[in-house]
Amino acid sequence: MEKPVLLEAKHLVKEFPLVNGRKKQTVHAVSDVSLTIRQGETLALVGESGCGKSTLGRTLIRLLPATSGTVEFEGKDITSMSSREFAPYRRQMQIIFQDPYASLNPRMTLRQIIGEPLETYHTAASRQELTKQVGALMDLVGIPREFMNRYPHQFSGGQRQRIGIARAIALEPKLIVCDEPVSALDVSIQSQVLNLLKDLQEKRGLTYLFISHDLGVVRFIADRVCVMFLGMVCETGPTNQLYERPLHPYTRFLLEAIPQPDPNLRSQEKQLLSGEIPSPVNPPSGCRFHTRCPYAKEICSSQTPPCTDRGERQVYCHFPLA
Amino acid sequence: MEERREWIKEEGGSLEAYIQAEQLGEEETWKDQVKKLVRQNKLAVFSAVVIVLILLAAVFAPLVAPYDPYQQVLQDRLLSPGAEHWLGTDELGRDVLSRIIYGARISLAIGLIPTTISMVLGTILGLVAGYYGGKVDFLIMRLADVMLAFPSLLLAMVVMYTMGGGLVNIFIALSLVNWAGTARIVRAQTLSLKETEYVEAARSMGVKSWKILYRHILPNCLPSLIVLFTLNIPSAILSEASLSFLGVGAQPPSASWGLAVVRGKTYLFSEPWLSIAPCVAIMIVVLAFNFLGDGLRDVLDPYLKEQ
Amino acid sequence: MTKETKQERETEEMVLQLSDLRSWFFTAKGTAPAVDGVSIDVPRGKIVGLVGESGCGKSMTAMSIMGLVKRPGKVVGGTITLEGRDITHLSKRELSKMRGNEISMIFQEPMTSLNPVYPVGRQVQEAILLHQKVSKEEAKNQVIEIFRQVGIPEPEKRYRSYPHQLSGGLRQRVMIGMAMVCRPKVLIADEPTTALDVTIEAQILQLMKKLRDEYGTSIILITHNMGVVAEVCDNVYVMYAGKVMEQAETFSLFERPGHPYTQGLLQSIPRLDKQEKRLYAIKGVVPNLLHLPKGCSFCTRCPLAEERCFTERPELYNVGEEHKIRCFRYEKGGE
Repeated sequence: MEKPVLLEAKHLVKEFPLVNGRKKQTVHAVSDVSLTIRQGETLALVGESGCGKSTLGRTLIRLLPATSGTVEFEGKDITSMSSREFAPYRRQMQIIFQDPYASLNPRMTLRQIIGEPLETYHTAASRQELTKQVGALMDLVGIPREFMNRYPHQFSGGQRQRIGIARAIALEPKLIVCDEPVSALDVSIQSQVLNLLKDLQEKRGLTYLFISHDLGVVRFIADRVCVMFLGMVCETGPTNQLYERPLHPYTRFLLEAIPQPDPNLRSQEKQLLSGEIPSPVNPPSGCRFHTRCPYAKEICSSQTPPCTDRGERQVYCHFPLA
Repeated sequence: MEERREWIKEEGGSLEAYIQAEQLGEEETWKDQVKKLVRQNKLAVFSAVVIVLILLAAVFAPLVAPYDPYQQVLQDRLLSPGAEHWLGTDELGRDVLSRIIYGARISLAIGLIPTTISMVLGTILGLVAGYYGGKVDFLIMRLADVMLAFPSLLLAMVVMYTMGGGLVNIFIALSLVNWAGTARIVRAQTLSLKETEYVEAARSMGVKSWKILYRHILPNCLPSLIVLFTLNIPSAILSEASLSFLGVGAQPPSASWGLAVVRGKTYLFSEPWLSIAPCVAIMIVVLAFNFLGDGLRDVLDPYLKEQ
Repeated sequence: MTKETKQERETEEMVLQLSDLRSWFFTAKGTAPAVDGVSIDVPRGKIVGLVGESGCGKSMTAMSIMGLVKRPGKVVGGTITLEGRDITHLSKRELSKMRGNEISMIFQEPMTSLNPVYPVGRQVQEAILLHQKVSKEEAKNQVIEIFRQVGIPEPEKRYRSYPHQLSGGLRQRVMIGMAMVCRPKVLIADEPTTALDVTIEAQILQLMKKLRDEYGTSIILITHNMGVVAEVCDNVYVMYAGKVMEQAETFSLFERPGHPYTQGLLQSIPRLDKQEKRLYAIKGVVPNLLHLPKGCSFCTRCPLAEERCFTERPELYNVGEEHKIRCFRYEKGGE
């Protein structure tokens, strides 16, 4: 039984103008991306730096305006709405940031930080009520209530990330974009936060768009994965299938490149992806991966690969792996 | 263990909270910052004390000053410094020390009032320009550029010539001239603060723009504003002295320091204390505010320090 | 073989030895033992991994070796020996002669160590001219040769590139090239791949192995990533709160991790080969160095902690060939 679609992006494009001296160039951050997020699931956006995953995440919840294409939230096109029409949707979509040091205002107490969304929507009738709600949120993320009047700089990275999570879930949103929420944390703290995110999802029926470059983390948290390269989707599919049998060559190289915590898996002749990531200002023509792909043929440099359906999976490649 | 139990009893907290509290960073309050200032910069602390003393002297001038600063005793004209008149008397037989103490009132008022007005104005314009950008930004900042392109003293002189001398007009002139610098600094900070993730978080929650400015951006500009405030005061004091010296500022019989310098000019070789005493007074106040400003900058604003 | 000759041979093989190194921070709020009695042996032509979480003292150890500890930090005890020579208390001049020549270091973010206004080739050339008596032309040829060795494509062209024109991976290669110009005996790499993408990280790790195998360089690799350790290191030191908790040969460590902290670290890494229901998590937070527990520094987070762990400090106990663990459970050696 398929869950209902919460958010659907169709042919979404996001470009930034780049003024470089007299030349006017364009950064093609997101190019023609279509994806769906279903209610209650975790969709992971995976890719290397500069692949546009963070930009895509922000464009999907309208923190950035889309250049073209549409995003539908519960069937309503939110890209074409006026800001007044969009206002009631704003609280349905929240975001958790990567850097727990930059995402909390250093001059506000925890109470003010976590209370801010509640105050904005007047969900609390009185000060006591607000304190109670903030306390409940702190309990939920595992920060003792006693610290309500402290400032964020006293807390460690993991604790700050919990505070950021409390702020994001305060308004009971339907969708939370998690933008690399654990990549700044130590391993032992990372697993605490990941477990917390998973628990909260179960308790509150949250839907996550989980942006990450760490394939191990993604394997743990995601139901479905969308691999991106240079502003385009390479492939999407259920996590287990995608990890066990990658269809796109890029996915395979990405998985192979990760150093495993087991010296027996050390291989002298590991097939490595050569070269650097091309610039999103002048992306390669055709399939954007063709300059690094060892299987590339002529057609790859001239034609953008179409979307091929393979059961529950989609792959954008002229010659998908068997 | 004992300590632990005590804490739990006092704060009414859990054991887990205690262990976490133990691992938390220390709370740095404003008291710690004052302590840091005292430790790191003795000169700034000394300057603060000097400023407070001068402030007290200005406020309680009638009690502190030995004579009436406006009373002319013509037989006591141009007396040298001595036991009766510590700093001597001027050409109208008025006590120089008393006039300097009363002059502190004018100088400090000039230092504080127009600076406050110009900085409030500059802060608001800078916040608006930086946050909203576009045409508003263009308009405000070009206006600021025009202000900054003129030599400010010249501009103040033009204002004073058209409106005439007097204290209130000095306030207006200096307020009009000095907002642009503040606006620039606040705009630059707003531009960078606007991009921080906590502002983005506030926007994603639908917090209104004015509230973001007031709660997230302004408080983070405050340290630089405090520093800027202490550094703007001496320049305002100097401007007043210059304007008075040029004859477009305070008018006689006011006890303004600038005015005293120009009147003493005639007797520079015969009775030098008439000019030197107010000059030294100006120097002490200006230096004290500058040292305090530098000290505060070290404590409050590592960002400015790096620049 | 008598005991003495064996010991002699061991010291002979070690390029760099730290013994009981202590580097403390003296802050207004107390003394923080950032490095507290660390002993590390770096054999010739081996990669030694220093692994641990932020604040465990791994970078501070590197800074102590390089003589780069700044106030309020200070090296307060222990010795650092480079090929039998004590380098703990060198003068500024001797230090700058040693740095870059016998020991060099590379950092996580190469952009901060490169001057943005000069072409990268010239910066490397200057490093050569500083330590060797060669002509400019000769130095330039050396630079291009080094660039080729560290895998920079089109080295002649890259010689004239400015740092901002290079990608993160290439910048790190330039840094490695610069560190290698004088064929140092020891290369210290502080989180060299943390800022890089996985596909680029794999390339850099392969380059490290090449340096070890082809030039016999000893490398101290500082990292928080157990995967990186498993991939390239020969020996591993697991650090926590300024102390070495476990040291072993890499295979031995991953096969039989003994310290509860090492076990916890390894278990909390999300696996790639299967989807787990829940991740193992070490409870609590990384301790504040100003408020370390009285006993074992890991006791507040340890799932196996006993009464004794809170009051007494464990030593490093031998549990087998080149495998030592700082935990009372191994006091009597063995399993």
